[in-house]
Amino acid sequence: MNRAVTLRDAAVAEMAGIAARHPQQFRAMPPARLRALALFLASTGLLVFGLWRLEFSPSRLVDGFGQLVHFLGLMIPPDPGTWSRTMLILRGLSETLAIALLGTLGAALLAFPLGFLAAWNTSVNRLVQFLSRRVLDSVRGIDALIWALIWVSVVGLGPFAGVLAILTSDIGTFGKLYSEAIEAADRKAVEGVTASGGGKLHGIRFGVLPAVLPVMAGHVLYMFESNTRSSTIIGIVGAGGIGLMLSEMIRTLEWGVVSFIVLLILVTVAVIDTISGRLRAALAGARAG
Amino acid sequence: MATALTRLPDERLAELLHGYRASSAGPRRRALLLALTIAFLVAVAAQVAEVDLPRLWEHAGAFFGYFDRITMLESGAGRVWADPAEWFWGWRKWGVLLLDTLLIAYVGTALGGLGGFLLAFCASANLVSNPWARGAARRFLEFCRTVPDIVFALIFVIAFGLGPVPGVLAIAIHSMGALGKLFSEVVENIDMKPVEGANAAGASWPAMVRFAVLPQVLANFISYALLRFEINVRQASVLGFVGAGGIGQDLIEAIRKFYYNDVAALLLLIIVTVMLIDLGTERLRHRLIGALESRA
Repeated sequence: MNRAVTLRDAAVAEMAGIAARHPQQFRAMPPARLRALALFLASTGLLVFGLWRLEFSPSRLVDGFGQLVHFLGLMIPPDPGTWSRTMLILRGLSETLAIALLGTLGAALLAFPLGFLAAWNTSVNRLVQFLSRRVLDSVRGIDALIWALIWVSVVGLGPFAGVLAILTSDIGTFGKLYSEAIEAADRKAVEGVTASGGGKLHGIRFGVLPAVLPVMAGHVLYMFESNTRSSTIIGIVGAGGIGLMLSEMIRTLEWGVVSFIVLLILVTVAVIDTISGRLRAALAGARAG
Repeated sequence: MATALTRLPDERLAELLHGYRASSAGPRRRALLLALTIAFLVAVAAQVAEVDLPRLWEHAGAFFGYFDRITMLESGAGRVWADPAEWFWGWRKWGVLLLDTLLIAYVGTALGGLGGFLLAFCASANLVSNPWARGAARRFLEFCRTVPDIVFALIFVIAFGLGPVPGVLAIAIHSMGALGKLFSEVVENIDMKPVEGANAAGASWPAMVRFAVLPQVLANFISYALLRFEINVRQASVLGFVGAGGIGQDLIEAIRKFYYNDVAALLLLIIVTVMLIDLGTERLRHRLIGALESRA
């Protein structure tokens, strides 16, 4: 006779005894499970309520997806149309890249002092640190698209407004990332500088800065990648870049041009990601080595 | 007690200094080259982006003046916070719009999370051995997360008509791409022993995923979904710019039509909501991670 079978038989025969000894395992519904179920039901309920409240209806979805499939058919093949329009698209793309580069670098520079003010170990005092944090948070809470609208009304339409929009919204992000990097820096170096008679600024320059600069450079590259994505769309509100062309083409239903532009964006983003990924890997290697 | 540092003889100092210069020349040259390259790129980019610093200088006052202007009451009776009732005259309408915006973000995140959840298992190297199926799932996810959600929204507005439906779908598709990638990375890092156990006991593929994979990844999945929800609240607040529902519609109208006080009120509402959501999800995620660590 098989040994496993006897073990199972024994367990089945002893069922009542096992149940008496481990009541927890034989409860129909353990409390943890009940809680998870309630949470699941609540979130599903909210989802259903949301679908109802936001006017989802099967007929609308079927109609819409039918339209989408139709558009998709028109998008093939991707075709920029005339030669002059191709040049316009390429000009938009170069503007997008320029906006991303200038916005990222400008924000990286301007956020530099703010990062130190917002980190508890390098700030002037608690109040300054708290205020800097809140200012950075508020700046971050406003989307780049909103900043673009505001800047368009200040300096007028065009890519310059886009640069300023990316720059403003990124100051918040950079400030936060910088201050976190500064707070995570090893404090022994600062103690060393202080012990040999250096002041607070010396401590920052020779103790903190060498440790955080490579981290900051990594953040800058990463944000450049992310900004190439955001600067493709701020043209929608007139702040330069390829987004203006894209939204025009979508509104006039030129689907071949739309798919061409989208493909162009995908390729550009992939290229930028690869280059910046390499640079970041090199940076990380240099830091480790 | 007086301590004196030993002073090295001059020729020894000169020797050391020379060595230091020689060893630091390479990195210095490289840093200079890097700085020159960046300066060149910046100059080209400034040309392309029509950077005009004098104009900025001229209008810098207008930028700060804008914030000055939006916080002045239309009646000229001082700052907006002096009369909150007049400032937030539309709070009923705005409150509903704000809740709608949150709902758009929630439904979008939930639908996108669901899609990402299903696709993540197909895109994981350790669960799907067919490279074609895996590659197709990955490329699709990549496409979904690279195209900005507002571009999806622009297209969907034409297909589905104005309103929150295109907004939700745009957020859902973009989140599906982003979450699907994160989810599949979590799945690829699981402990494979339970999977082997389930397979050895003859479990079907769905049963194996349910009992061997899901318990290991669920907490991480929820944590990522919460992070995405936070991002989507921001996104949902601007989708109204292209007619895809939420509070953005009123905001862009207020900015374009120069309803200054409304701009200030709406911006404040958005900032406060985003901050509260950030704080709330951060708490939740910490609790989730804490619960996870105490179980491990």
